[in-house]
Amino acid sequence: MIGYLIRRLLYSIPILVGVCFLTFVLFYMTASPGEIARRNLSAKNPTAQQIKDWEHQHGYDKPKWKQFLDTTEGLFLLRLGRSDSVKGERVMTRIKESWFPSFEIAVLSFGAAITINLSLALVVAYFRGTYLDIYGTSLCVFMMSVTYLVYIIGGQFVFGRLLKLTPVAGFLPGWESLRFAFLPVVVAVISGMGASVRQFRTFMLDEMNQDYVRTARAKGVSEPQVLFKHVLKNAAIPVLTTSVQAIPGLFLGSILLESFFNIPGLGNYLVDAINSQDFAVVRAMVFIGALVTIVGYILTDISYALVDKRVRLE
Amino acid sequence: MIPFKSLLTFSNLVPLLAIIIVLGGIKRSGRQPLWAEAYRRLGRNRAAIFSLAVIGIYCCIAVLDSITWKSNTLAQPESVITHLFHAMHVKSERTYSAPFAKMTTGEPHPHPLKGWHVLGTDGSGNDVLLQTLRGCRTSIIIGGFTSLLITPVAVLLGMLAGYFGHRVDDIIQYLYTTLGSVPGILLNIAFLLVLGPGLVNLCFALGITSWVDLCRLVRGETLKHRDREYVRAARALGVRDLRILVNHILPNILPVVIITVTLNFSSLVLSETILSYLGIGVPAGTGSWGNMIDAARLELARDPIIWWNLTAASTALFILVLALNVFSDALRDAVDPRLRSS
Amino acid sequence: MNPPLLQVNGLKTYFNTPAGLSKAVDGVSFSLQPGETMAIVGESGSGKSITALSIMQLVPEPAGYIESGTISFDGQDLLDLTWEQMRSIRGRQISMIFQEPMTSLNPVFTIGYQIREAMLTHDKFKGESATSRARSLLERVGMPSPNKVLRQYPHELSGGMRQRVMIAIALANEPRLLLADEPTTALDVTIQAQILTLLRDLQRDTGMSMLLITHDLGIVSQVADKVAVMYAGQIVEQSPTNTLLSNPLHPYTQGLIASLPSRSRRGQELYTLEGVVPPPTRWPAGCRFHDRCSKRLQICDSQMPLATKYDDTRSVSCHLYPAQEMAGNQERLK
Ligand SMILES: Nc1ncnc2c1ncn2[C@@H]1O[C@H](COP(=O)(O)OP(=O)(O)OP(=O)(O)O)[C@@H](O)[C@H]1O
Ligand SMILES: [Mg+2]
Repeated sequence: MIGYLIRRLLYSIPILVGVCFLTFVLFYMTASPGEIARRNLSAKNPTAQQIKDWEHQHGYDKPKWKQFLDTTEGLFLLRLGRSDSVKGERVMTRIKESWFPSFEIAVLSFGAAITINLSLALVVAYFRGTYLDIYGTSLCVFMMSVTYLVYIIGGQFVFGRLLKLTPVAGFLPGWESLRFAFLPVVVAVISGMGASVRQFRTFMLDEMNQDYVRTARAKGVSEPQVLFKHVLKNAAIPVLTTSVQAIPGLFLGSILLESFFNIPGLGNYLVDAINSQDFAVVRAMVFIGALVTIVGYILTDISYALVDKRVRLE
Repeated sequence: MIPFKSLLTFSNLVPLLAIIIVLGGIKRSGRQPLWAEAYRRLGRNRAAIFSLAVIGIYCCIAVLDSITWKSNTLAQPESVITHLFHAMHVKSERTYSAPFAKMTTGEPHPHPLKGWHVLGTDGSGNDVLLQTLRGCRTSIIIGGFTSLLITPVAVLLGMLAGYFGHRVDDIIQYLYTTLGSVPGILLNIAFLLVLGPGLVNLCFALGITSWVDLCRLVRGETLKHRDREYVRAARALGVRDLRILVNHILPNILPVVIITVTLNFSSLVLSETILSYLGIGVPAGTGSWGNMIDAARLELARDPIIWWNLTAASTALFILVLALNVFSDALRDAVDPRLRSS
Repeated sequence: MNPPLLQVNGLKTYFNTPAGLSKAVDGVSFSLQPGETMAIVGESGSGKSITALSIMQLVPEPAGYIESGTISFDGQDLLDLTWEQMRSIRGRQISMIFQEPMTSLNPVFTIGYQIREAMLTHDKFKGESATSRARSLLERVGMPSPNKVLRQYPHELSGGMRQRVMIAIALANEPRLLLADEPTTALDVTIQAQILTLLRDLQRDTGMSMLLITHDLGIVSQVADKVAVMYAGQIVEQSPTNTLLSNPLHPYTQGLIASLPSRSRRGQELYTLEGVVPPPTRWPAGCRFHDRCSKRLQICDSQMPLATKYDDTRSVSCHLYPAQEMAGNQERLK
């Protein structure tokens, strides 16, 4: 187990380097440091000297390979550096400021989604073959076919403008934040519901056709017990794997949600950085995103091994 | 009336070619027992036939919207659909107007409309029905062309990785794990910035992120088949690797590939709206449901509420995606009854 | 004679399949006395497992259903019971060992839990006593180091050990009837013998009845009191074991026995039954065995033979033994 973890972590180093390289190349293909300097220097028409100074200050004057090595090394040591923008604030500071809204929304929507989807899937699986099941799965397909954007717009319109239950957008710290988080969480849960419930239902029906279910029935175990104990514990394996896999997506995949609801989270920070071509920030955020993704994959494997006793981590 | 010479342009031949290739492929595959059986099962599934018909209608509109020619009444070469609307005297208005309305909306002094608009008009006075119809082409191209781009790449790399293992596998796995570790939307944005805006470039940008899953799947399937008896036997007989891959493994993984590609089609169509919101969707001037839905953000806040724009675009999108979802489910059930969801 | 523990009459279990209606079990009747062991033999696909599953009322749904017939257990028709009443009989009065030991245990629960669950479900043994009984059951089925096995998961055990666990689960509540569906097919020969001896000993000790399903006549001679031979969803011959082996009546049974290697026929070529069992969606008209039968009569391809009592202990359904000769003994199969 420990050996497995170490090997996985070692293997993730080349991947992270690859991610840094990709970001680096893409950046130099879209923008040149000179342009950015011009944009970020406060003077209307910066002199060549000013631009040189700016490039030097931000390390853009070194040879490209040196730049790549330096920044990558910094990222691996979690020295995220400073933003390329005028203020030049530390990336770490901004992350510390804006991780909470992202985290709150991610945790709430993950928890709500898995509870609701799993319960609904259990209900349709229990009533499999009945009209409830047929209508339920059809509804899932309907929900899968609506675009995310319509959920967001519809949610804002219904909850925010018609019912005036929640603020339409924005964010406040503390307990107030729950009021603001409500709508994004509802949208996140509803938009993923159709696909998840259908998938979870398939997992459970697959398990229900297994021989061990027949054994349990032959022992005289009652139907609810068969479903909630035998089937659920087995179906938990694929459910868990797909859910844990979704965790990294929750953090950065909420880019849309955050910029739509104007929530000052990590996703919003990243989108702003892209729009202003703030390479230092993009680089750092992409690195962190990749790190979270890789950790997510490792967590998936571990949780898999914890639930399914047949899996050995090699 | 239609100048036939101006019809014979390269861009007009492309959609026809695409139709011929698709139909030819379906016809040829019907000779194989697996697919013949699958088509028979599909034929008995009424929902599948119905959704196929819906998809067919969308494709027809898309094709009609792709065939363009110049005429003396219109400055630029325009598509069949536009010519049709033009012939029916559907004119541009000043600004918003509700469906079937006689006056414009949202102006302090409403003006009478020049024509009659089934689905109303949008902010710059364009007919919403026309806009909605023009979105079909964009969606079909995004789904179809992207699938066309990624499938050969993903299948080739996946098969190489699965079959040869070792170094080849390491490199290919490294490639897609690295790509898969960067949040997809970011990659889409970055590639669009590099390539510049445009419908085709959008397809490339979407392709960059969506080949990864297919490649992983193909690799797994190839691994499964590589150790089967018939492959071992072929190898023992000294059949060349390339022949084994093409003649033995490819036909066996093709059903899974086609099922996955059709399932993926609808999510590609949906992602257009998301990119539109981020401001990197298709350029203005190309029909786009994403842009229409995105515009609705502000329109819903107006008084009176401009709802027809949003409704038209999202309904058109919903029906297409629903049909695609139902059809690809049915196809999966028909091709491989073991994968059946119930 | 005592009243039978189990009496199955005219049981028909059908499946709706894409290829049409599959009459997997098509009019099966037999009875079983307390303490008696009956074997059901027959080729693959003849409907043996489905017969047993019908008794348990665990026919795979929704495709399969019991079309008609009665299954009376201890004087009560099981088909009249509600699902809940049937549940209290399963695992307590009637237990079943399944054909597939590798997949019949739940992979995510320990062996100990799965054995205890059988007892806790029926409140017969509770808490600590259930645990100690689980241990002694494992000992009883000849499991080495039962204490360790209780904490293990199914994948850590071999096929033979899993089959023993299945037997332990089936015996947990001292059932009155055990349905053993090919308990030894998945195992190698030495373990086969062990398991059979084990079942025979257990039966002698607890006095339960046993329905042993197999397609191996060798096993039958070791264990069973009487035998029912199944072909194409029907019982073609029933008879005490010794009589059946020495003097088979039905041409199919004769073929089965002739194809066994035996000492007396050493050196001769082994007899083989030509052809295969037809698929259950298309049973042939008339006698279902007629196109493989070497003693076929004119009537065989048009009229289905009825089960007829041949003598006090034997019955057979074949036109070679016409019912008229045994007037009054005719028993109509529905
Ligand atoms: N779930 C099912 N759906 C449809 N048909 C089934 C199903 N289960 C069994 N059958 C049909 O019932 C017939 C009898 O099956 P059964 O399992 O009883 O055979 P068996 O005598 O136990 O054979 P074996 O010796 O191989 O175990 C088979 O021909 C099979 O086609
Ligand atoms: Mg069987």
